[in-house]
Amino acid sequence: MNNGYKNRLKDSIFKYIGVFACFIGLILLAILIGNILYDGFNRIDWSFLTSLPSRKAEKAGILTAWSGSLWIIIFTFIIAVPIGISAGVYLEEYNRKNQLTRILEINISNLAGVPSIIYGLLGLEIFVRYSNLGSSVLAGSFTLALLILPIIIVATREALKAVPASIRVASYGLGATKWQTTLYQVLPAASGGILTGVILAISRALGETAPLIVVGALAYVPFTPTGPMDEFTVLPIQIFNWVSRPQHEFSINAAAAIIILLLITFTMNGIAVYFRNKWQKKINW
Amino acid sequence: MYKTKEKIIEFILKTTALITVLTTIGIIWVLLNESIIFFKEVSIIDFLTDTQWTPLFANKHFGILPLISGTLLTTIIAISVSLPIGLTIAIYLSEYAPKKLKKIIKPLLEILAAVPTVVYGFFALMVVTPFLQKLIPEMAGFNSLSAGIVMGIMIIPFISSLSEDALSAVPKYLREASYGMGATRLQTSFKVMVPAASSGIIVSVILAFSRAIGETMIVAIAAGQQPRLTLNPFVPVETITAYIVQVSLGDVQHDSLEYRTICAAGMILFILTFILNNISFWIRKKFREEYE
Repeated sequence: MNNGYKNRLKDSIFKYIGVFACFIGLILLAILIGNILYDGFNRIDWSFLTSLPSRKAEKAGILTAWSGSLWIIIFTFIIAVPIGISAGVYLEEYNRKNQLTRILEINISNLAGVPSIIYGLLGLEIFVRYSNLGSSVLAGSFTLALLILPIIIVATREALKAVPASIRVASYGLGATKWQTTLYQVLPAASGGILTGVILAISRALGETAPLIVVGALAYVPFTPTGPMDEFTVLPIQIFNWVSRPQHEFSINAAAAIIILLLITFTMNGIAVYFRNKWQKKINW
Repeated sequence: MYKTKEKIIEFILKTTALITVLTTIGIIWVLLNESIIFFKEVSIIDFLTDTQWTPLFANKHFGILPLISGTLLTTIIAISVSLPIGLTIAIYLSEYAPKKLKKIIKPLLEILAAVPTVVYGFFALMVVTPFLQKLIPEMAGFNSLSAGIVMGIMIIPFISSLSEDALSAVPKYLREASYGMGATRLQTSFKVMVPAASSGIIVSVILAFSRAIGETMIVAIAAGQQPRLTLNPFVPVETITAYIVQVSLGDVQHDSLEYRTICAAGMILFILTFILNNISFWIRKKFREEYE
């Protein structure tokens, strides 16, 4: 066997190692999902979705958990999306290339790397205590909004960057002001990309557990929230609570709740990918 | 009139951008404020050198080392899983894979990062640990090994996508020159491309490291809640993040020492990730200049 042959053999072996590496993570994920479906699928029925939590595993449901998640997501959306898009527009369209912009950019990259549990400590001190919101839906939403703000800002900037300069110049040429150009031309053209980023950010907020635990969301809330100042729990915290219990029945409940959570997460991610592809096809100006 | 309106709008946009600065100031202020009070009660030397962390017991010790060792242990296990796999994926995608396959695999890998971490925690505790216990009977029900392995799977896409970007950014002529000399793709990958993209690959590893340090739910569920200064991956440990969760689950008074311990622990966590992130920004900036 000469050297050249050996090298070519090694080369083609590595090709298979590469394919294997690509799929090993996905195979493990498939095993995970298979396991969870096997454990939890039969547990899902109408009463599981509409029952309050209970000390008895077979009677417990996820009504408070999913309604809490819904409240949190709605308020996080209302708080984070306008601020995030507006900050992204400022940095991309009104960028003055000065010291302030530079600081803002470094700061946002840093915030994106701060562990989520640190946002929990921030929320606990600023929203729960200083603002006297208590461990309410609103305090949790503000905390998650700050957490996903960097994601929305970065996505908005990327989307705006993809809009060609010719659109802006044409709008200026017709006498439009900077804001008119941004609002009526640039933002609509970038909307697909921004939408993708927003959906991904919201899906991230939906799966967050740690910061809400620190903010004081409880695992056991015997009622569904009726307003933004109510106490709450969310789906991931309910899952965490059930996983931490030693009894097998509760881990079945956890698996069932995970199925629901994954279903929502994957649907949101799927929609985001769909919009991204559609928008990318359109944006070949 | 238009001019005033434009000015007002720009001011509003600017204010929203400044909220991000306020967030950073808020984080530092909260952590610093409570940590300063904490260090008035506990000496900083004890905090950094004591080998026991028992703030919730009657016999209180405030040594952060066991929490740091738990954090580093799970993180190192995670990186040893995700670095070889992630780098292999990156090389395969940038040097071997046909374009069509690449287009399918990349979004599929992103799914790994989209799964909520609490789900991975369930996986580590309910599937990976029982499986590993069959191979290693002396392994405890809570351990850093399965938490670390599962965390490694989660961060594969971080390493693979950033490393692949780095490999793609290497100028084409380097690859062509290597092929021209008669090198195979494998030789080109490891002897030309990886060294040329090394700074980008290092950035991806540092960011993955920082991500793993801050990861909470997997370790809180599967690694246990026993602060222990050990390198043994088969026994329960506690990470900084898991400690914060443990305290937050209980009923902790605002002005108590227990409450301040989570801020002091959070401070250490924040400093660690802050340093790592900024090293990576610095490397990335330098690396960009090289090729421009």
